[in-house]
Amino acid sequence: MHVLADIAYLAAAALFVLGLKMLNRVRTARRGNALAAVGMALAIIATLATHAGLSWSWIIAGLLAGSVLGAWLARAVPMTSMPEMVALLNGLGGLASLLVGLSVFWSEYLHPPFAGGAAPEFPLAQSHAGGAQWALTVVLSVIVGAVTFTGSLMAVLKLQEKLVKGTPIVLPGRHAINVGVALATLALGAFAGFVLAGPAAGTALLALAVLAGVLGVLLVIPIGGADMPVVISLLNSYSGIAGSMTGFVLNEPLLIAAGALVGASGIILSQLMCKAMNRSLGAVLIGGFGAGGGDKSAYKNVKSASPEEAAMILDGAGSVIFVPGYGMAVSQAQHVVKDLANALESRGTNVRFAIHPVAGRMPGHMNVLLAEADVPYDKLYELDRINGDFKTTEVAVVIGANDVVNPAAIDDPQSPIAGMPILNVHEAQTVLMVKRSLSPGYAGIKNPLFERDNCLMCFGDGKQFLSEVLQELKS
Amino acid sequence: MLLLLLFVFLLGIFLGFEVISKVPPILHTPLMSGANAISGITVVGALACARLGYASFANLLGFLAITAAMVNVVGGFLVTDRMLGMFAAKKKPPQP
Repeated sequence: MHVLADIAYLAAAALFVLGLKMLNRVRTARRGNALAAVGMALAIIATLATHAGLSWSWIIAGLLAGSVLGAWLARAVPMTSMPEMVALLNGLGGLASLLVGLSVFWSEYLHPPFAGGAAPEFPLAQSHAGGAQWALTVVLSVIVGAVTFTGSLMAVLKLQEKLVKGTPIVLPGRHAINVGVALATLALGAFAGFVLAGPAAGTALLALAVLAGVLGVLLVIPIGGADMPVVISLLNSYSGIAGSMTGFVLNEPLLIAAGALVGASGIILSQLMCKAMNRSLGAVLIGGFGAGGGDKSAYKNVKSASPEEAAMILDGAGSVIFVPGYGMAVSQAQHVVKDLANALESRGTNVRFAIHPVAGRMPGHMNVLLAEADVPYDKLYELDRINGDFKTTEVAVVIGANDVVNPAAIDDPQSPIAGMPILNVHEAQTVLMVKRSLSPGYAGIKNPLFERDNCLMCFGDGKQFLSEVLQELKS
Repeated sequence: MLLLLLFVFLLGIFLGFEVISKVPPILHTPLMSGANAISGITVVGALACARLGYASFANLLGFLAITAAMVNVVGGFLVTDRMLGMFAAKKKPPQP
């Protein structure tokens, strides 16, 4: 029977690879996702069919509860909350690995069937042949799982900005604290797996889960809102690695392979995000960015425009590029933006959208929001493809973005964001900067664009301001 | 055995890099949520280890593990499909 399961697992692994490959192209992505889901169903059914002696009531209850909850979440979550959703799912992946690690420890070591439930008097590492490897992987699966779980929950809280603020929370002496907690985690892990025996090892393993959980929180709190795309893709990678660790615990190649695939995809995305900010992964993870430095002098000669004036400027324009940022997500302005774009297009204006890779709070955030608002994706342009076109563009409309259009990244070598690739909106004839105030963006620095002659500040909530512009345009 | 498993792990990482090297930004979010659903493969591990069922604490852990992993799997695949559905609908030209 187990040969059948192995064949099913092999097929599942192949479907995962194929599915991920198809997720690389817009045309095939949906089918790729479906193929991966088929692979998953295959693996689950094969496991259920071949592993006899399961405690069915628990299993069916778990499968049902998880499926119902997952389906409900997937339907109910608004597109604007997608970063939280992705972070939450990452966290649950970590939690599952943590729980499997603990569960294996309890059922196969602490209360093994052959011993009639008697607790062993030797450490996990000596429990059977290959025990050292087993102990190591159980401990690692608990650590990686717990860090992924609490780190992701912390990311969710930071993204919601209700209970926890999104800006970096910098504890005094945090590097020393982090190193201390990390070392303590490793030491406790070694104790739980290699030194302590019986129930004491069980208690140590639970304490390990808690300590690793604290580490996960500490690692995420110093990282600020606009670095969230990196954090989320990195946690995505962790959730895959945690799955791989579980595979090592259970000697199951399918888990190891699938986890490794996910781990790699998360790393690739993290690197892409870091490159888009011209910062190293290490610098992002150390955190505290935006907590100091840079030009903070007051603004002079700032010009502003009313909705009527903005409408007049847009009315005659031959070409307009919209540049959305996190502010568009906050004010949920994507539908108004789309209506405005349609109104302009019907007047013969060439309308395009420029998307900075790290705009928003997760990789691809702006794409998802604009897709929700029915903006055709062939109107969305990546930084490299559109940056040369701002020179010949009449109006650039920036909605709730700041650092990603800050020319200081080019002009000021002393700036904290020096060298970061930006969208060159300052080269457009006119820049309409829709923004609530002159307050600095995430980097905490002044944006010299606001003082330029071709820049008009449009103060107000993005959604409201643009609705008024749209009304003016129509009347 | 360990060497063989490490082999699988390394090949998996390399394969992942190869397969996902040039993902366009429009697909970053769906790729993430789809990949995340795949990492819910831990559910297979959770099912396999819930079979022993001698210690009730282990049973409880197994139940929670299955639940968490299933939310990951079902939620991940469905939400990815929902997002990709929005992209697919964009193929037709915008209504005038």
